[in-house]
Amino acid sequence: MTLVAAQIVNGLAIGMLYAVMALGLSIIKGLLNVPNFAHGALFAVGAYVCYTLSTIGAPFAVALLGAFAASAIVGLLIERLGIANLAGSSYLLQVLFLFGTALVIEQSLVLIYGTTGVSLVPPALLSGAANLGFMFLPRYLMFCALVGALAIVAVWLLIEKTKIGSRIRAGIERREMVQCLGIDIGMLLTLGFALGAGMAGLAGGIALPLLGANATSGNDMMAIAFVVLVLGGLGSLYGAVVAGILIGVAQSLATLVAPAASTLLIYVIMTAVLLVGSKGLFGER
Amino acid sequence: MPLLTVDDLHVRYGHIQGTQGISLAIEPGEILALVGSNGAGKSSTLKAILGLVPVAGGTITFLGADLRGLKASQIVRRGIGFSPEGRRVFPQLSVAENLRVGAHTRPVAETAERMEQIYGYFPRLRERARQRASSLSGGEQQMLAIGRALMSRPKLFLLDEPSLGLAPIIVERIGDILEDIRQQENLAVILAEQNAHWALHLASRAVILELGRTVVASTTGELLQDPRVTGAYLGT
Repeated sequence: MTLVAAQIVNGLAIGMLYAVMALGLSIIKGLLNVPNFAHGALFAVGAYVCYTLSTIGAPFAVALLGAFAASAIVGLLIERLGIANLAGSSYLLQVLFLFGTALVIEQSLVLIYGTTGVSLVPPALLSGAANLGFMFLPRYLMFCALVGALAIVAVWLLIEKTKIGSRIRAGIERREMVQCLGIDIGMLLTLGFALGAGMAGLAGGIALPLLGANATSGNDMMAIAFVVLVLGGLGSLYGAVVAGILIGVAQSLATLVAPAASTLLIYVIMTAVLLVGSKGLFGER
Repeated sequence: MPLLTVDDLHVRYGHIQGTQGISLAIEPGEILALVGSNGAGKSSTLKAILGLVPVAGGTITFLGADLRGLKASQIVRRGIGFSPEGRRVFPQLSVAENLRVGAHTRPVAETAERMEQIYGYFPRLRERARQRASSLSGGEQQMLAIGRALMSRPKLFLLDEPSLGLAPIIVERIGDILEDIRQQENLAVILAEQNAHWALHLASRAVILELGRTVVASTTGELLQDPRVTGAYLGT
């Protein structure tokens, strides 16, 4: 029983990471209508920036903000210099460009940090475990869930309650219409991509003390984020949040029964959802 | 000097001709109808003015400045509003949010006052302010699309096919409101319409288009007597 509770908590923390990652993917998919195949590389950028800032003595909170900012800037450049210029070209070119960019980023990280990968011990305050009476709960897992939830709430507030957020939602619904109201659609798309990329970076930073990082470690996260996106429903912005937490918990519980098959399970779910043409949990189209 | 002058406009989509030499001019506070059947070049003309399609030939002059080569967002900033064919409201946004997005080019401090004016013209929108736009009827959505475009306080309003799919009584109502707004705000309106009967009674002048060319341009008083118009467009 304790084991099940522990796995649920573990799953919630991991699921929150998936949700942060997938919400970023969802914003980019919604605004630019491209699957961001560089999302995993942006996750890795966030992890390494968090690592570097921590090793030079920055507080962990600053390192996390740095992870968000660095990936957002890389995302901004990817959109401005790449996607925006390919906007008139075929969809395939945009997808291949993102794929190529991911490889460039990953190999650059290998060049800078080497192939062995890095890890980070969480700050003392977040190390160890809290005694809940019936089980010990690793403090960092709680932190992971909390920061993930805060980030999601912050993005929700930005998108639902601010002026720029209503522009983003309008752009997701009718991209061709917003420019007819005087909104610079190019700026909006760049901003949306940077925001989504920043969330991948933040997820990378949060995950670093948990999973460590190497140049390609974002790829597994990205694969799962795509599963989350499909399961949450492609037309729905926040379906990714619910689906992310669900998948985190499901995967975590599955390791109790069939550890080797737990990852296979979620990929099977994704392909099945796509095959039967389901709209996912919250899809509107 | 006219507010807007379009001279010998050519629009091309690949090898397909959208317009082949359309000319028009509109004064402040005037409703000008662009009348013609599907494919006559009405939408192409409006889209070219707004910078949504590239101009292959001719000139577009607004307030003495050449609009060619500007982005749509820049053209809107200069004082041109647009309500496209099919309304294109933001379905998941509330009515109020749709209007606020329309106010993008204006200072935030003006938004509330302008919304009150728009609600004054369209009381139905005030009643439904918090509802999603997708829950509105076709006529209400058309009112919202007009209100949204007018939030930017344009000098010139491009209105594409507002009567499409609406009951005659709703079309008449929208016409009355447009006339009211024109008088109160000295608004110039280019009304692209297939419903020639309605458009010619609402507008003071009209341009009749066929296959991308101007057939005849005159005051609506004269056009309503012109056999070329009455025979082909008014069914009399």
